[in-house]
Order: sequence, then structure tokens, then C-alpha cells
Amino acid sequence: MKKLFRSGEPFIWLTGGALGGSLIMILGLILLIAVNGLGFFWPSDVALLTLADGSKAMGQIWNREAIPTPGEAERSVEHRLQIHVGNRELYGQDFRWIDEARIERREWPEQTVLLERREWGSFYGFIREVRTEGRAVAQGSSDEAWNAMLPLLDRARALWNEVRALEKGPMGEIYRRQERNRLAVRRVRLRHGSEEEIQRLLKESEAWGDKYRRVSEEIGRLRSEMNRSAVILETAQGETKEIPLSMIVRAIRPNALGVLGKCRVYAQRLWEFASGDPRESNTEGGIFPAIFGTVMMVFIMTLAVVPLGVLAALYLREYAKQGLLVRIVRIAVNNLAGVPSIVFGVFGLGFFIYLIGGSIDRLFFPEALPTPTYGTGGILWASLTLALLTVPVVIVATEEGLAAVPAELRQGSLALGATKFETLRRIVLPSATPGILTGMILAMARAAGEVAPLMITGVVKLAPTLPVDGTFPYLHLERKFMHLGFHIYDVGFQSPNVEAARPMVYATTLLLLVIVVGLNLAAIGLRNRLRRKYHSTAF
Amino acid sequence: MVKIKMPKVQEALAVTPALPPERAAPSPAEGVPPSDFVIRIRNLNLWYDGTPALHDVTLDLPRCKVTAFIGPSGCGKSTLLRCLNRLNDLIDGVRMSGSIHVSGQDIYDPFVDVTELRKRVGMVFQKSNPFPKSIFENVAYGPRIHGVRNRSDLDAIVQKSLERAGLWNEAKDRLNRNALELSGGQQQRLCIARALAVDPEILLMDEPCSALDPVSTAHIEELFFDLKTRYTIVLVTHNMQQAARASDRTAFLLQGRLVEVGSTRDMFTNPRKSETQDYITGRFG
Repeated sequence: MKKLFRSGEPFIWLTGGALGGSLIMILGLILLIAVNGLGFFWPSDVALLTLADGSKAMGQIWNREAIPTPGEAERSVEHRLQIHVGNRELYGQDFRWIDEARIERREWPEQTVLLERREWGSFYGFIREVRTEGRAVAQGSSDEAWNAMLPLLDRARALWNEVRALEKGPMGEIYRRQERNRLAVRRVRLRHGSEEEIQRLLKESEAWGDKYRRVSEEIGRLRSEMNRSAVILETAQGETKEIPLSMIVRAIRPNALGVLGKCRVYAQRLWEFASGDPRESNTEGGIFPAIFGTVMMVFIMTLAVVPLGVLAALYLREYAKQGLLVRIVRIAVNNLAGVPSIVFGVFGLGFFIYLIGGSIDRLFFPEALPTPTYGTGGILWASLTLALLTVPVVIVATEEGLAAVPAELRQGSLALGATKFETLRRIVLPSATPGILTGMILAMARAAGEVAPLMITGVVKLAPTLPVDGTFPYLHLERKFMHLGFHIYDVGFQSPNVEAARPMVYATTLLLLVIVVGLNLAAIGLRNRLRRKYHSTAF
Repeated sequence: MVKIKMPKVQEALAVTPALPPERAAPSPAEGVPPSDFVIRIRNLNLWYDGTPALHDVTLDLPRCKVTAFIGPSGCGKSTLLRCLNRLNDLIDGVRMSGSIHVSGQDIYDPFVDVTELRKRVGMVFQKSNPFPKSIFENVAYGPRIHGVRNRSDLDAIVQKSLERAGLWNEAKDRLNRNALELSGGQQQRLCIARALAVDPEILLMDEPCSALDPVSTAHIEELFFDLKTRYTIVLVTHNMQQAARASDRTAFLLQGRLVEVGSTRDMFTNPRKSETQDYITGRFG
């Protein structure tokens, strides 16, 4: 026994076991998120259930679980089903739990229609009538009615997109111009500028006002056209409901779809998720603004943190006289990495937003006050706060990179008559680049996953505009933004419809993982290319 | 006693004049009188953090000859070598006294431009240390630092330096390949070429062959015969045979003291001191 212990064999098992355990935990995490997240987009069949009391329920079966019986724990054989019944405006909630014992019959009627709507969530039912301009085009739940609806639906969707484009494009532009003019007038007044200038601006505003009326007329026309067609559906329990086709995002008949058709719907829904805007307080639709915000914030953060961290590390390692003070500074920097992130958030709020942002507002945007421009949370302040949070990581990694540059290389350069600065710039820094990039990768990974400090420095539940768009100056660093991490928290815990939003949470989490891994892989690829170039340093 | 500290401000302000692409050799190659000493070391003492490393060394090195420093490990020969281009300045806690004149200039004078000195006094290290750049960039590094921008000038300097270091024929077809792909011996010759590219007067060689195989070593020793027609070479070596083969003069150091200096032939055939006798016959060291 003692011999076995001395041989080290059990220690190998222990180390191997620890590694295996970690791997299993990570794989399990990814698998759980992937299964729950990706399953959400699959259009599973719609069941029509007839219950013992004669009532009916229709919806997708999302879950099946044993009914816990008090006193008889773990012995239950009865099961119940979680049915996604949709039709929120009729039933008040999206889900129903139905005991299997109460179910008399299960059917999978082909005519069942599943509508994904812009409001009120999904609707399950049978088509009763398709009407346009007040008269019926088709009736009944037959294929004929379905086929009659599809072209009308395409038309309505096209119109809706047109309206949206008008609202986002010209309409948004008009709003912004008018707001800018209003502020310009105030600015002139604040400076006691000439009355002519004010008159000119007011005239300009009026011109924009005319334009506004024209565009809104156009929008009104399109809206009335798109609301002409509607579909009347009957639910499983016999209620009828008229739904304007313009309110429908997608109509499918899951039970009539083959595997291929379902795959197509799956791909569509996945694409919508990744590229669309959120609906229904983020519980439906896409999360593109959050993806964009996350990636952009990480980029701005990286742009800020790498130069800062590298310069600080250069001073600490190359120029500062190594002594007690430098050691204390180094320890302090390392400890900074362990400060809870919310502390940085509070600092960002106090320093960046109130002090710096507030000063910028007083100096450059006095006309907008008391509405803050930079004196409120925004992507710039959030990025800088995170840069501060991750700067120790970059400093430590850069210092290690600098220390790993062989002394012979430095001496070789100095012996040729290069100054210390030339040696740093031409020999040491290029050789330390892989180390610096390692720091950058770690910083990016940390920043992409951080949520707490963002919540008080500029993340919002729903941002109407992206921080980059087509209006001057194209990059709007003062804007608030959406972030995947906060989105997960918001959808999962702040949503009015938590049950329905749970798959969204998993799907969003999966996407956040994909983005973090993607950003890291890109950075690692860059580092490896550089490492091949300077392969004398061991990193 | 002079306390040596890196004159940082002065270094930062150092204006290095542009290197003329073709400079005349420092002196006519043949017929140098042995009294033409290019390096004069006077009463040199050196301490590392208070530990004496060199003790009262007085030594003159003749122009366009190979002078070998021999002695057991830790005797101070590398330290002495590094005093000649002030590379010891980089080490904290070095203190020294005495003087070194290179071509008549006191190199420890506070107004000496260290980068200019190092340009005149090139160095090749024990372990070959090519920069992780292309062969061309390695050789062009020094000239670039000293202000040569013109591509054709650089091309000429690189070719001439590689030729003098006996590497041109092997390297001319792969000047843009990474220098780290060269063999150990080639890398060391590249380092010699790199040192030659700034057109120094003196070449310091700190055990340049200790990490090389015999063939590469022979190659570099042959180089000394060519190089010493133009450059003054100071060679630190552990290898008695190398000192005997390649040097004109030999200085024997022991525990920081200069024991004996003289022509290599005299030293190896008829040493004056018993310590020298013991060392070169292999009784210690």
C-alpha cells in the first residue's frame, strides 16, 4: 500500500481525474446550453388534445414531468405535460399544465396553423376565413385558404418592412434634424447670437416639418393598405379571432411540414434570432442589437486598454528603477484584477459619467442641458470602465512578455549603438507582441462576459438605435447600447413572461458563448501568426 | 574614483551622424608598428555590488591585431571586454575606477556619446543572437539605426558585410528568410556581419565559438585572418588552442588581475609566470 503511494500512481489518477472532471463539467455546460438553446427554434408538431371533460387544448408540447405527490416522494408514476398554448390575449398565459390522465385523445391535425405575431406572442388555431378589403377570399381550414393567405401575407410583410424602413430612415433623420435645429436655436440664444440666425434655423425647422408631414402621410397610406387583409382563426375551444396579416411575422403549419420543411423554418428562425430586432420586451424576435453592442464594446475596450496597459507595463518593466515602490505598484496592479467588477462600475459612473461626461456636456453641449449628452451612460463610458477593469491583465501579460525577451537580443541591439528606446521599439516590443496579445485575449474574454459594471454605465434593455449608423458622425459613442450578458439577465429575470422567455435565455447564452469564443479564436489566430514570425520568444 | 551611471539624458539626446556608405579602413592594413595601440587601459578596477571583479588592469591593445583574453571562468575577461564598449553600464551596481582610451578618447568621460562609442566598438556574443527578423534586416539593423535610409546604400552595406563575414555565398539567395533558420555557425557569422555593418574599428568577440562545432569554429577562425587586416579584434576564449591558433597577442587574467601579456607565440612557448605556465598546460582552469 505504501509502495503504491510512493510510486505516484494514485497521484496520476488524481490529476487525471481532476482534469476529466473539469472537462466533463465544461462539456456538460455547453451541451446543456446548446440543447436548450438550439431546440427552441425547432418547429415541433402541434398537438390537439381532447380532455376528459370534453374541453380541448392545442399547442406544442414543451415538457413532460412526473407529478410530485406529497408524502410519496420519487414514487410518482403520473405525468403531466407542459403545453405551449399561445393565444395570450385569450388565455392570459402562454402555458398550460395538463395531467396525462385527463387526456382522452391526442390528434395532430395537418391544418393547424401556428402564427408568430409581432405582438401577443404565438397563436395556434385553424383558419376560418381569409379576407381582404372587407370581403372573404377563402373560407375553411382547407389548403385552399392557406394558399390564398400566403401571397397576401407576403404583401403585408413587404408593406410592413417598407413602413419600418421609412420610420427608421427618413423619419428618424427628420427627428434628428429637428432636434439638432432646436438645440442650435438654444445655443444661439445662450450665446445671445443674432436674431437672423434664429430665424434662419426656425425656417429650416419648418422645412423639415413639411417633410415630416409628407413622410407621415406616406406611412399612413402604407399602414392602411397593409391593414386591409386579415385572417380569422378559430382556436381549439372554438373562439374566433381576427388577426391583421401585417401583424404576422411568420405563419407555418408545423404538422404539414416534412423534416426538410421544418429544417427550413428552423434556419429561418435561427437567422431571425441572430439578425433581427427584439420584440415583445425582448422575449421574442432577434438579438442583433445586443450582439452588435457586445462586439463593439469589446472592440472599443480593446482599443483603449491595449495601448494603456502596454505603456504602463513598459514603464514598469523597462524604465522604472526596480525597488520597493515598483514592487508595491506591481502588487497593487495585480490586486486591482481581483476587485469586484461592480466597484469599477461605480467608479465609472462617478468618474467617467458624472465628472468627465458632465464636464463635456457643460463645455460642449450646454444647449441640451439639463438633458445629458455625454453625462449619462453610453458605450464609450462602459468600454472605458471595462478597460480599467482589464488593464491589470494586459499589464501583467505584457510584463511577462517583456521579461521573456532574451537579454542577448537587447544587448545585441545596444552593442550596435542603438539607444534603449530604439532597442525597445525595434527589438523588444516586436518580440513581446505575442505576450501582449495574450494579455489582449484575456482582457477581451473578461470584458465580453462582464455585466455588472455595464448596468450602471450605459447598458439598456432596449436601445432604439445602434451606436453606428448612417447619420453624421456615424459613430455615436454617447449612445446607450444593448449587451448580450445584460440581455440574458433581462430576459431571464425581468421579463413579464419568464416561462416563455426561458429558451431565449439559453439561446442568447449560447450566442454569447459563440461570440466570446469567436473573438478569442480571432485573437489567438492573430497571435499565432505573429508568434511564427518572431519565434525566438517562448510564449 | 568614478561612479558609473548610465547617462540617460545624454543617451536620449544622442545625435548619431549618418554613416557614410563607404568609409576608408581605419588604418592601412599592412605595416602597422606594434606601438600603435588603439586601446589603452590604465589601472582599471571594477566592482559588482562591492565585489571586486577587476583589479588594477593596465593593458594596451595594438591596432589591426587579434588579442586574446584567456583565463579560467570568472577571472574577469568578459567583464574587461564589456568595459571596452561600456556594456557594463547596463548592470546595476557596477562601480569602476581607472581609465580606458579608445583611439585617444577617454570612453568613460561623461560627455562621451555611448551609442557612437558602441558603433566604433562592435561586439559579437558567446551565444549567437540574431534578431527574429530576416537576414537582410539583421545586417541592416545597425546602419538603419544610424540613419541610413537609402535602399541601395543598405543593399551595398549588407552585401559587403556578409562578404566580409564569409556568409554572402550561403545567404545571398535567402536574404529575406528569417535569420533563425540559419545553422548555429551561420548565425554567428551573421552576428559578425551585423557588427561589421556599422563599420566599427574594433570587434569584441566574447567566446564566439564556444557553442559551435569544430567545422564552424574553423570557419570563424579563418575569418579572423581576413578581418584583422581592417579591424582590431579582441577575443575572449576558453580554448587554449584557439588562442594559440588565431591570436597575435594574448593576455592572461586570473582572479581579476592581469598576470601576463605578450605575443601569443612567446606566451605559449615560453611563459614568464608560473601561473600562466600552469594554466596553459592545463594544470587548473
